[in-house]
Amino acid sequence: MPTKIGYAAVLVVLAASAIAFAGPSGGSVTGKVTYEGTPAKQKPIDMSKEPSCAQQHPTPITTETVVVGPGNTLQNVVVYISAGAPDESSAPPQAVTITQKGCQYLPHVVPMVVNQELKVVNADQTSHNIHPLAKINHEWNKSQPPGTPPFSEKFDKPEFIPVKCNVHPWMHSTFVVLKTSRFAVTGETGGFTLPNLPPGKYTVTAWHESYGEQTQDVTIAGSETKSVNFVFKAKPY
Amino acid sequence: MGKLFAAILTLVALASAYPIVTHMYVQPVDISTHGHAIDEQLSDTMAEAGFAFLGAQLLLALFVWRFSNRKNGSNVKHLPGGAKLMVATAFILVGTEVLALGVLGQKAWADVYFTAPKQDALQIQSQAGQFAFYFRYPGADGKFAALHPDKIDEGNGNYFGLDLANDVEARDDIVTAELAIPVNREIQLLMHAKDVNHSFYVRELRIQQDFVPGLDLSVHFTATKTGKYEIVCTQLCGLGHYNMKAYLNVLSQEDFDKWLREKASEQ
Repeated sequence: MPTKIGYAAVLVVLAASAIAFAGPSGGSVTGKVTYEGTPAKQKPIDMSKEPSCAQQHPTPITTETVVVGPGNTLQNVVVYISAGAPDESSAPPQAVTITQKGCQYLPHVVPMVVNQELKVVNADQTSHNIHPLAKINHEWNKSQPPGTPPFSEKFDKPEFIPVKCNVHPWMHSTFVVLKTSRFAVTGETGGFTLPNLPPGKYTVTAWHESYGEQTQDVTIAGSETKSVNFVFKAKPY
Repeated sequence: MGKLFAAILTLVALASAYPIVTHMYVQPVDISTHGHAIDEQLSDTMAEAGFAFLGAQLLLALFVWRFSNRKNGSNVKHLPGGAKLMVATAFILVGTEVLALGVLGQKAWADVYFTAPKQDALQIQSQAGQFAFYFRYPGADGKFAALHPDKIDEGNGNYFGLDLANDVEARDDIVTAELAIPVNREIQLLMHAKDVNHSFYVRELRIQQDFVPGLDLSVHFTATKTGKYEIVCTQLCGLGHYNMKAYLNVLSQEDFDKWLREKASEQ
């Protein structure tokens, strides 16, 4: 008898974990972002005015307004569910980090959810000022001398915010503040996956800092995986 | 007590003059064709001011020494003519000195500002903006393309606001963060302020010229020694002013041509 109870208990635990696993899984949207045409040439950045940064890049880094990968893939594209999914009721508890290293913003594009904590780190031996040029959110401009601890900020409205450092004009990033946590940023392969989508009709938006936005509608039934690809038109200038 | 004061005054005056007379502070090297005139002007000014300073202090010390501890009741002797003549003489002396400096200095100033650059001077545009300098060379067509402030996109390396999509002339313009120039060739630097007042100062070139928003200013100079020198902003222009600098790289004509070709290929 105790053995049977034991079996039953194991079964209950298994079933519960199966439900827990299956619960959020649902369907997903996966795809690739590519470009056609000739993208603008990225220029080497001359950091000679800031020797402590220049020496961190034996080969100068280039501008990052269009970063491509093999097979015409496009990096730094934020793909997200712009309609169909409910807004987040609360911000994710973990912070998003942007690091200033070698007079460069890492990562180049920083997606986050409305009211999510943004941690700003200065890993350089020089002062930076982080200046998000917000129009809908409150605009701020904070100086961060070397060795000072990271500071945190948050944005309470969705917005694509260009970010600059006035001391090092080549430094450029974008804070992408979204209502949803269902987003992905493309890497070298240009690929993305938006998992755990309950059945329903969604609008998927792909945003690129130089090439703008594209949207596609997709309907998810059950736990299927839908493929959505985006092709941006690249311009040499 | 008076004599002690006179002695201290003499000592202080002589000690102040000592570092100047013995050239304790070395002038930075002069790498320009016009710099000697400015250096001469500075040393003339220093000599005139120094003589006047020392003369006045030593005379004061002498009078204090000579006429302190006067016996009570003795009359003070005045120079003939009274206070009016003294003031008039001082005006004439100081006025002559100031005028003389102005007349002598006029030449150093006019060499740079009232003389047009030669026809074959190399034109380079310099843009000062918070908080960096950028430079533009006209490229193969020899023309500077028009600027469009709305096109400025620093993250994309478009610091000047060139309309690369529509303006073919803009595509060969060479934009750099350092000012490289050929040695022994006259340079005309066109000054363009992007936002607020800035200044272009290279002490070895003996040039300090403000950038003023809305004004097309220019300076011309010829560098005579190769090397790397610092360009700094000397007008307080905002929070990053302390870090607003660039480098002047004076190269041989051959090295300059090579450098310009490299930079052209990076555009």
